[in-house]
Amino acid sequence: MEFKRLTLLAGHYGSGKTNIAVNLAFELKKQADRVAIGDLDIVNPYFRTKDSADMLEKAGISLICSPYANSNVDIPALPQEMYALTDDKTLHAIVDIGGDDRGALALGRYAPAIVEENNYDMWLVVNRFRPLTSNATDTLEVMNEILTACKIPFTGIVNNSNLGADTTEETVLSSVLYGQEVAKACGLPLIMTTVEERLYPALKDKIPNLFPLGLQSRIFDK
Amino acid sequence: MADKVLMKGNEAIAEAAIMAGCRHYFGYPITPQTEIAAYMAKRMPKIGGVFLQAESEIAAINMVYGVSSTGKRVMTSSSSPGVSRKSEGISYMAGADLPALIVNVQRGGPGLGGIQPSQSDYFQATRGSGHGDYHLIVLAPSSVQEMADLTIKGFDLGDKYRMPVMLLADGTMGQMMEPVSFDNVETKEYDKSWAVTGTKCERKHNIINSLYLKPEELEKENFARFERYKVIEANEAMYQEYKMDDAEICVVAFGIAARVAQNAIDAAREEGIKVGMIRPITLWPFPKAPMLAATDKVHTFISVEMSMGQMIEDIKLATECRRPVELCNRVGGMIPTPDEVLDSIRAAAQKGGNK
Repeated sequence: MEFKRLTLLAGHYGSGKTNIAVNLAFELKKQADRVAIGDLDIVNPYFRTKDSADMLEKAGISLICSPYANSNVDIPALPQEMYALTDDKTLHAIVDIGGDDRGALALGRYAPAIVEENNYDMWLVVNRFRPLTSNATDTLEVMNEILTACKIPFTGIVNNSNLGADTTEETVLSSVLYGQEVAKACGLPLIMTTVEERLYPALKDKIPNLFPLGLQSRIFDK
Repeated sequence: MADKVLMKGNEAIAEAAIMAGCRHYFGYPITPQTEIAAYMAKRMPKIGGVFLQAESEIAAINMVYGVSSTGKRVMTSSSSPGVSRKSEGISYMAGADLPALIVNVQRGGPGLGGIQPSQSDYFQATRGSGHGDYHLIVLAPSSVQEMADLTIKGFDLGDKYRMPVMLLADGTMGQMMEPVSFDNVETKEYDKSWAVTGTKCERKHNIINSLYLKPEELEKENFARFERYKVIEANEAMYQEYKMDDAEICVVAFGIAARVAQNAIDAAREEGIKVGMIRPITLWPFPKAPMLAATDKVHTFISVEMSMGQMIEDIKLATECRRPVELCNRVGGMIPTPDEVLDSIRAAAQKGGNK
């Protein structure tokens, strides 16, 4: 996989941005020396890259996020270090943008520098099984809301269609057409389809540009 | 929509409410339930419904009172501190015999507390929360699918018995994503000839009211309401048993705590400990009968809850204190780990029973 200096991930909340960001950062670390994740999600305190902080630190990936994430200070502030994303041209980064247009609003302040440097990818993460992005028309609506908020043109689509623990080979296979339709409707390439690691071996020859995702297990899952 | 969709618990509640015929939502944002309002804001205008962000939780619950008076299905949602603010309105609705679905996606307390999950509003939900003698039917889902199913059931129960119903979830349940199916949605219609819809000069006018200045009348209203509560207690208690057939220890847990407990029970079974679980699905009415029956075979009950020990009182009442009831709990936004629950089970097994 080829990375630009910055890879920005946006999408409807619950589309899987944060998990994909963490997984892509590990992939990027194989190719680049200095890798960071920038967490611009100032909206949802329940799912954050910070939950993966230990894992990232061990891999030598730096995490730039709100110093107040998961802390007592419940304010939507971003740290000054976030400017390293645009100012430090030796840094490669995956940027996790908050859900919907509200989350993307925070990206706007970095937009002029990102667009000017023009060494970025901006991918829309989509899941056919999320009710508000279940077809190309609705998904396009979400994309345009995000675009209006952050003013950074998209460059590709990431199909992350899944049903959580109920995901089967069939689930993923049946979503490929949806991914292509969304890409076509947006006039953008379908960059990849992502799939949980356990299903990767069975599907890797059936779906082009398939990318395996490691997931974190939760104590209340069976 | 596909056969199955991937939803957050909060979204599942909102979509299920729409499927149950709810076209009026009034709320005020608060973490961790804001996605309910956000979902309603997107969906309601597309289906001819009303989404209104009120100026406060107090305003929202009184708007719910108003719409319910007209016989329409209506809901509001909030998280713990917001539900405290709604309590006055909930009491008024109970006093006026008005149905509605009130969702509480609990967070840690008291006061502003935190934003992480909690079950410490158990007393608030099951003891009525506001002033006066009344109950709410309290439904406690333990999966995203149940969030949807019990939302629909909640509207039906509210209409059937003319009373407010509370869906009591927690932050994790609201935020977690799981597959959910809306294939078998069935909802009923109930007589609402009591509603204020305009008499057209064809009938006597209906009155929606909770003010009774004559004590004899107010007492009569209370007695009549509690006769209805008796019917509900006899007919509507819901629960699920897990590995109770040969159990000598009974874990009681609801919502997210029940899921953690189930993993601990499986681990304990592998160690040869005979342990099972009764998971209340209705917290009011509390499933007393299966718990009393379980006292014949189990030597210890363990209440696993994310509070300082609230449901434990109902377990003691239901079991008439025939067996010891231990408490395994975390609070303040912490969730007990399967290992912590397992330790409680091991301790109970070691102590053994006195039967």
